[in-house]
Amino acid sequence: MKIHEYQAKALMAERGIAVPEGRVATTVDDAVAAVRPLIESTGNPVVVVKSQIHAGGRGKGRFVEHPDVGGVSVVLDGIDGGIEAVEARVRQLAEQMLGSTLVTIQTGEAGKTVNRLYIEQGIDIESELYLSVLLDRATSRNIVMASTEGGTEIEVVAADTPDKILKEEIDPAFGLLDFQAARIATGLGLEGDAHRNGVRFLKALAQAAVDLDTDLVEINPLVVTTEGDVMALDGKMSFEANALYRHPAVAGLRDESEEDPAEAKAKEFGLSFIKLDGTIGCMVNGAGLAMSTMDIIKHVGGEPANFLDVGGGADKDQIAAAFKIITADPNVRGIFVNIFGGIMRCDTIAEGVVEAVEEVGLEVPLVVRLEGTNVELGKQIIDESGLNVVSASDMKDGAAKIVELAK
Amino acid sequence: MSVLVDIDTAVIVQGMGKTGRFHTDKAIAYGTKTVGAVHPSRAGQTERFTGATDHTGVQGRPDSYDVEVPIFGSVAEAVAGTGAVASVVYVPPPFAADAIMEAADAGVPLVIAITEGIPVADMVVAKRYLQDRNTRLVGPNCPGVITPQQCKIGIMPGYIHTPGKVGVVSRSGTLTYEAVHQLTRNGLGQTTAIGIGGDPVNGTNFVDCLELFNDDPDTEGVIMIGEIGGTAEEEAAEWIAANMTKPVAGFIAGMSAPPGKRMGHAGAIISGGMGTAAAKIDALEAAGVVMAPTPTDMGAAMMEALGA
Repeated sequence: MKIHEYQAKALMAERGIAVPEGRVATTVDDAVAAVRPLIESTGNPVVVVKSQIHAGGRGKGRFVEHPDVGGVSVVLDGIDGGIEAVEARVRQLAEQMLGSTLVTIQTGEAGKTVNRLYIEQGIDIESELYLSVLLDRATSRNIVMASTEGGTEIEVVAADTPDKILKEEIDPAFGLLDFQAARIATGLGLEGDAHRNGVRFLKALAQAAVDLDTDLVEINPLVVTTEGDVMALDGKMSFEANALYRHPAVAGLRDESEEDPAEAKAKEFGLSFIKLDGTIGCMVNGAGLAMSTMDIIKHVGGEPANFLDVGGGADKDQIAAAFKIITADPNVRGIFVNIFGGIMRCDTIAEGVVEAVEEVGLEVPLVVRLEGTNVELGKQIIDESGLNVVSASDMKDGAAKIVELAK
Repeated sequence: MSVLVDIDTAVIVQGMGKTGRFHTDKAIAYGTKTVGAVHPSRAGQTERFTGATDHTGVQGRPDSYDVEVPIFGSVAEAVAGTGAVASVVYVPPPFAADAIMEAADAGVPLVIAITEGIPVADMVVAKRYLQDRNTRLVGPNCPGVITPQQCKIGIMPGYIHTPGKVGVVSRSGTLTYEAVHQLTRNGLGQTTAIGIGGDPVNGTNFVDCLELFNDDPDTEGVIMIGEIGGTAEEEAAEWIAANMTKPVAGFIAGMSAPPGKRMGHAGAIISGGMGTAAAKIDALEAAGVVMAPTPTDMGAAMMEALGA
């Protein structure tokens, strides 16, 4: 589960991790009202207006409605003009940004609507660094990863200059040890106060990652200020869904407006669904089979409209819900149901499909491939339903048939 | 012969709830030697299972069963009371990692964790705990392990399996069933099928299973089924190139998966671009593995690898 930058920074601040001071605003007036207390509190006349969306690349992103406005805007008017000048500029920016569509490298062409702004104090930056805490699957441990190349995407650093990436493994029995934090701080070139602050920052961040069950914390950039403070200038946190039950406060930070409505709907029914851009809707049991059903559709020349795993123990209602989610996508020109019944019985799937079709109707071709437990019974239910369903003998046959029918 | 489990493997069940009971019943019907269960508040009681036996014609098996499985208060007591050498974990996600560690503490040599949805952080701790102990963990989030007509530990449909000569190892449940089904149909059969699970932190990996199958005299070839994410398949490819003496077929799911959808943005970076299906397929092909282009071709790929 992703959260917004301002939420991540609040969680960090609670844990003693240094972040700039800021205020969140959902209206123009709130954005303007945030300016005076912020400047009075920090003494810095520079403020930054930051769009809050669940996607990176905001700084270089542009608004569809206002192509000259970036997703993150630094307001310098206060240096000469005082607080009133900052308020005027923030008002103008907030009017342009709130409710507008921000397109960044990560949002896709459609972009995302900005519903929240974060008004943050300006920082006098000495240097920009990179820092993250994430799972290293090869060792089954969390690692701290750092680089002097702040502001650059870590994938780029990894590809171009892999020797600039520092890593420390966190032993779950001990946490990040002092010397490990110090080794990273030194590797990042921190000295004096900055080194001391860096170690404190690293230890607190590693502990926060463990305490909050994050699956990724990424600080890019981590900045060293001219005064030797070490701060999270940006902050991204995402959380492991399986552990959210023990973090109700974090779970409450979920912003449903950032999620694909179909994906959110699927989640309600306990289905795993990912929307894609193709035309062949897929309903499958098991993640591996669902993934390879997408693959096989591509293999025979089609494009999958979605990934959908109904799981190992779906009931009739879930099958019906899955079917409705697929048919609600206007791009879908054909549906492929691919089931290997193990625990899940083919007759249950068949009943669910028939029920859903009877309820929502069927305007596109449907190919069903059933195999496994109670397969004959399942086929019989489909055959006797009188629905216009094409049976497939195996997965490849089914994929070929639906791609042909959907042309 | 087989690997990990056979007709003599004595199994205890951790988590005798609705799911645990359902699958324990199926396992007993299949012939699994189920000797006990663990439930702290039901110690001293028994759980009764009755029904019709699977594959009754084999090895003079009776056509029905009626067994009382004793319940113990802890894994240690269950092991002491039954001599169990394996445990299957159906415990709900919040408590499953603890159940795995309890089994390791009790010295159970083989723990098979079926539970899906265990917090990653719990598994990181459990894996650290297992590091210095003589317990092999299979899973979690897996269908389990089956040696056809001898021992079924987990949730796979027993009837699709048939004794034979191919070792199966897979990260995906339903794709394992696809492969097994095809190997049954084309007459190759299976020695043992191992689901290693779909979680990012798991116990036994591909290399462990390849090693087991390589050393098993009855296994003539292995099919391994992987998917995107992590580097387990690349490590397997390296091991195969250096050590494997038997033919290997393979399949990787996720060729068309959109990047960054399931893993965090920085998640792919550790492996330096090695989490993609294409990279895995390349690595395995370079190691001489016969790759199936689609799941429908897995049985045929195994045939080809065996030169059959």
